[in-house]
Amino acid sequence: MRPQRPARAVVLSVVLCACGVQSAPDNLADSGAPGASITGMILVSAAASLTDAFAEVEAAFEAAHPGVDVVLNLGGSGSLRTQILEGAPVDVFASADMADTEKAARDGLVSGEPRIFAGNSLQVAVPKGNPGGVEGLEAFADPSLRLGLCAQGVPCGDLARTVLARAGVVPSLDTEEPDVRALLTKIELGELDAGITYLTDVASAGGSVWGLDIPADLNVMAAYPIAVLAHAPNPRGADAFVRFILSDEGRSILSRFGFTRS
Amino acid sequence: MAGLALFALPLAGLLARTPWTRLPALLSGEVVGDALRVSAVSSVAAAVVSLVLGVPLAWILARVAFPGRALVRGIVTLPLVLPPVVGGAALLFALGRRGLVGAPLEAATGLVLPFSLWGVIVANTFVAMPFLVVTVEGALHAQDRRYEDAAASLGARRWTVLRRVTLPMIAPSLVSGLVLSWARAFGEFGATITFAGNLQGRTQTLPLAVFVALERDRDTAVVISLVMVLVSLLVLVALRNRWWRAP
Repeated sequence: MRPQRPARAVVLSVVLCACGVQSAPDNLADSGAPGASITGMILVSAAASLTDAFAEVEAAFEAAHPGVDVVLNLGGSGSLRTQILEGAPVDVFASADMADTEKAARDGLVSGEPRIFAGNSLQVAVPKGNPGGVEGLEAFADPSLRLGLCAQGVPCGDLARTVLARAGVVPSLDTEEPDVRALLTKIELGELDAGITYLTDVASAGGSVWGLDIPADLNVMAAYPIAVLAHAPNPRGADAFVRFILSDEGRSILSRFGFTRS
Repeated sequence: MAGLALFALPLAGLLARTPWTRLPALLSGEVVGDALRVSAVSSVAAAVVSLVLGVPLAWILARVAFPGRALVRGIVTLPLVLPPVVGGAALLFALGRRGLVGAPLEAATGLVLPFSLWGVIVANTFVAMPFLVVTVEGALHAQDRRYEDAAASLGARRWTVLRRVTLPMIAPSLVSGLVLSWARAFGEFGATITFAGNLQGRTQTLPLAVFVALERDRDTAVVISLVMVLVSLLVLVALRNRWWRAP
């Protein structure tokens, strides 16, 4: 269902041992033509909800730039920020909320202005067939159902709590998952009767997860900022990747996965 | 010396990052207390279950020759090699609400293991018990069988031999197996979060609390890590002096 899972472990080990990776060749031979001579590895730390869309962005970008290897490091935006703060050699940071990018900017980790590249909204996600008979946000107060959200501090968790607060629902939770993909997996397996995820996650699960719309006056929009990092080992590669995300081609890939244009 | 540095350096890193002035406030937080309680209960329970189920298993593996023993031994020690996340996912497929055993179990008893303290104990036992089985089986292999034979020839029944001769002779290994399995359970992360989820006060153990706190409050994460290091060191050092005195 989700081949990205094993890939994540590989990516993490790359992060852990990439400390020795040299970026010297990138600084030689600057032709001036954007994108013409970028080479080497570009390490992109991206929010877990971008998993599927960025896999396709990676493929398209690598096809346009032979010799470039985009490596995705996917996870909760907060832990990605912590890795960057602790010196992980990351080139690009694509977070699921402005807060983590702003904190990174305050710590002097971001180069230039972060750009919003996509939007997303929330949906109530239930397993195929809706075994818990969930009808909407009110179900999250039902102690007889198995319910989960993302943990507090993770964008999808904070946004979901905002939506529940607007609806006046005090949730009776069974689990707080570390990122949206972990939450989605437990819904997919039928362990949870309902959770609140991004619309794009429900779409990515194919038919195995059903999404229930949240009324527009209660829903929140998630804005995804992307930024080149101040200590990027491959700054020109990072620039090119961000430009690609903001290009028509990049945006059309994202909208195919259900992200809104911003 | 380089070996020692590998272990000591991360510890020094942790101490360097510790917010000493905020320490009392952070330590008295609800999250730390809840996680300490869940961790203490689940790790001790897992060690006890490992002892109760693991000793007979070790005895059979060491003393009874049967076809397929090598395979059974392999299955028992599999969790030592398997990534804990894989173990947690496998437990979900078997014992989850739609699992092979989990679905009939819920229908019959109403008990749902995922998202409960029982689930944490099952996940902890799954990863911890092999340490006890391997340790005890090794001790049983190394034991001089003539003591048991002598007791039997003097008229002791099998149960008496086991209770009065075999178990007392391997007592140090029983304890070290118990401590090893407790330590493994205390530090368990992957199988627990995959199988039992993460909820403060119910299933959130100390390692889970560290992971979640890293997302939003690094100071709390460092303090919880420090608590784990202290508790582990205390238990390991105390038991080491008591049971395996240095020569």
